[in-house]
Amino acid sequence: MATKAKAEKAATGEDGGSRRDFLILATSAVGATGAALAAWPLVDSMNPSADVLALSATEVDISPIEVGQAITIQWRGKPVFIRHRTADEIARAENTKLDELPDPQTDQDRVEKPQWLVLVGVCTHLGCIPLGQKVGEPRGDWGGWFCPCHGSHYDLSGRIRKGPAPKNLSVPPYTFLDDTMLRIG
Amino acid sequence: MKMHRFLFVAAFAAAMAAGLLFGNFGSAKASGDLAFEHQEWTFNGIFGRFDRAALRRGHQVYQEVCSSCHGLSLVAYRNLMDIDFSEEEAKEIAAENEVEDGPNNEGEMFTRPAKLSDRFVAPFPNEQAARYSNNGAYPPDLSLMVKARKGGADYLYGVLTGYEDEAPEGVEMMDGMYFNHSFPGHQIAMPQPIYEDSVEYEDGTPATVAQMSKDVTTFLAWTAEPELEERKSLGIKVLIFVLLLTALLYAVKRRIWSKLH
Amino acid sequence: MLSPEKGIGKWIEDRLPVFSIARHSLIDYPTPRNLNYWWNFGSLAGITLVIMIVTGIVLAMQYTPHVDMAFNSVERIMRDVNYGWLLRYLHMNGGTMFFIVVYIHIFRGLYYGSYKAPREILWWLGIVILLLMMATAFMGYVLPWGQMSFWGTTVITNMFSAVPLVGEDIVTWLWGGFTVGNATLNRFFSLHYLLPFVIVGVVLMHIWALHTVKSNNPLGIDMKGPQDSIPFHPYYTVKDNFGLGVFFFVYLTIVFFFPNFFGEPDNYIPANPMATPPHIVPEWYFLPFYAILRAVPDKLGGVIAMFASILILFVLPWLDRARVRSARFRPIYKQFFWLFLVDCFVLGWVGANPPEGMFVTIGQVATIYYFAHFLILLPLLGMFEKTRPLPESIAASVTSAAVTSSKG
Repeated sequence: MATKAKAEKAATGEDGGSRRDFLILATSAVGATGAALAAWPLVDSMNPSADVLALSATEVDISPIEVGQAITIQWRGKPVFIRHRTADEIARAENTKLDELPDPQTDQDRVEKPQWLVLVGVCTHLGCIPLGQKVGEPRGDWGGWFCPCHGSHYDLSGRIRKGPAPKNLSVPPYTFLDDTMLRIG
Repeated sequence: MKMHRFLFVAAFAAAMAAGLLFGNFGSAKASGDLAFEHQEWTFNGIFGRFDRAALRRGHQVYQEVCSSCHGLSLVAYRNLMDIDFSEEEAKEIAAENEVEDGPNNEGEMFTRPAKLSDRFVAPFPNEQAARYSNNGAYPPDLSLMVKARKGGADYLYGVLTGYEDEAPEGVEMMDGMYFNHSFPGHQIAMPQPIYEDSVEYEDGTPATVAQMSKDVTTFLAWTAEPELEERKSLGIKVLIFVLLLTALLYAVKRRIWSKLH
Repeated sequence: MLSPEKGIGKWIEDRLPVFSIARHSLIDYPTPRNLNYWWNFGSLAGITLVIMIVTGIVLAMQYTPHVDMAFNSVERIMRDVNYGWLLRYLHMNGGTMFFIVVYIHIFRGLYYGSYKAPREILWWLGIVILLLMMATAFMGYVLPWGQMSFWGTTVITNMFSAVPLVGEDIVTWLWGGFTVGNATLNRFFSLHYLLPFVIVGVVLMHIWALHTVKSNNPLGIDMKGPQDSIPFHPYYTVKDNFGLGVFFFVYLTIVFFFPNFFGEPDNYIPANPMATPPHIVPEWYFLPFYAILRAVPDKLGGVIAMFASILILFVLPWLDRARVRSARFRPIYKQFFWLFLVDCFVLGWVGANPPEGMFVTIGQVATIYYFAHFLILLPLLGMFEKTRPLPESIAASVTSAAVTSSKG
């Protein structure tokens, strides 16, 4: 690019008619466009490839999960928490006042069906996996999840309540194919 | 100036000649004694495209005839959607096959129906099993067959249509070998795979040996070069652009040099 | 734009004179005013090297150097990686274009006597680049792990077993095992990634030497003053850019429409250590040397002859003692130059064919002629050839040519 710009200067310095100006300018512009377009395949090759994208949706059978239980599955290489919430848990999540929340969001906005809570199990602070999925693990002061890395507490809707994490646990895109099959992604 | 231009053209002519010379002699010698003819393929030429109907029929021939012995391990079921199979059709084709997955939570391997993201399921678990079932011969994977043989699609079509009922007089056939006038050495371990009406085409096309051979060859040309259509259509655009840029550069060059002479 | 006279530009220039170096070597560099298009191939080779490194780096991000996965990882690049097929075909055919460009560059040097004093070290560095390119290309061809990759490596590495006493040990060491295997593939990948950067280093020295002794030219006479030269920029930058456009047209035609023209179908069959393909041929750019290897009926002798055919170029400046550089003024050398070029094509043709029948004889005659050209013909020509009178200066020659062409 630098040499092209100088080519213009050098050319106009001498008997520089405007036609030459335009010719050199046009050629430089076309050349620069070509170089920019040629860079795209190099950049795009580093995006997820077709075989990786083909695995970007996961189907999971949720019928074996009893009320009160949770399972962890892998989706795009990350853990996804699926919790079958009890009526009491749903009530507690729904009755939380929004002004108590650092990242205000209603429980209804975070679920498709109230009994099924689906979350990406990655702490929004620095990417650790919070505890609380297995029986006996600490579930934090709000009965949801607790991140052991820096002490973030999440509630029964996966919302941040205390600790350094700035945001609620994110909800992946998902749809219920039928009553027992869940498609994530 | 004239001299310059002449030399320039000569330089590239020499470069291309070098390539043609070495390249052609390389390929001429190996296919020398084989009898197969050049066919018309819709995917040849700079505007080449795969005939979608032929691909569909070719896939049917592969499924019903070839796939009992030959794998297609580099192709995934999702790739069928690139040649205008619907998602439902591709899913259905995939689900007809079982793949091993696991381990599950109990540590056991299990089988499940294949998904779009799976590659075509191979007919044999490994080469030894394939040889055991085929009289010691190994039916090769067909994914790259068209690219992996001199003559490409023409050769493959030649082999599929090149069987003779009886070897010509004076040719001593080995046990379990079949005469084929397009196969190197003329003795092939694969029995003639395609006969009149080996499949019943969904679109009603008469299933002659020539038709089925042509269709399955087209299908395998696609599995070998799935990028062909994208490559050729992008190539035309890129070359037009380069031609334009080169013409502009030539004009700039003439102008800048004009005051020297 | 940054300027070296003021502001940040001056601050940088005072500490690291990048501006004056760039100005000195890319803009002001006094270049003979009469260079023809054969002089484009030096810069083309440089650009090709950059293309190879850039495409190679992104391909390496997707490639797996393991015997069980290498072949499929290349096919994954072709099928699943975004524009992977384009990057791979650019890299694969870029190798071919690199050799075409460099061979033309070398023969230009031979024709116009660019190896003669004071350009001997410039010439040597060029040969070092060629040797490094050959090593890099050979190891790169192994990476797809097809049949030709495997058996080509086996055959070429086995050449070292011709070394007396320690030959077998050297081959085992090269392989890191008892056959070509995973260790071999890994070390070749490592070196294939490393050597291009070594080439960049030698290329910089090549340019340094060039800018010290200045470019040769079609007349082969020295520049005597400012009237003989023009600044590199804009004259040769624009001429090189135009040449680059033509180069890209040829290169991209191959990439998009004949991507496997220079390749071997056998390399689309995964490597099989238990079955050798019927005809093993190296890549086209090695064929002349392959022919020399096979022309000598002795194993060690063949290997020596093959290496000697390149190494002899190192002493070329002393084998050719003629004081006149350019073949334009050497009527007899000019004819032998073309004969030598034809001889190299014949060697390439022999190398592409199986060593049977007439090819054996032709290969041997062509090999003898190859060495005779350097060892007998050139020294004799230096002694007995009557050269034509050289023009007074480049400027004088250019002016008279302009007069002639305006007449015609």
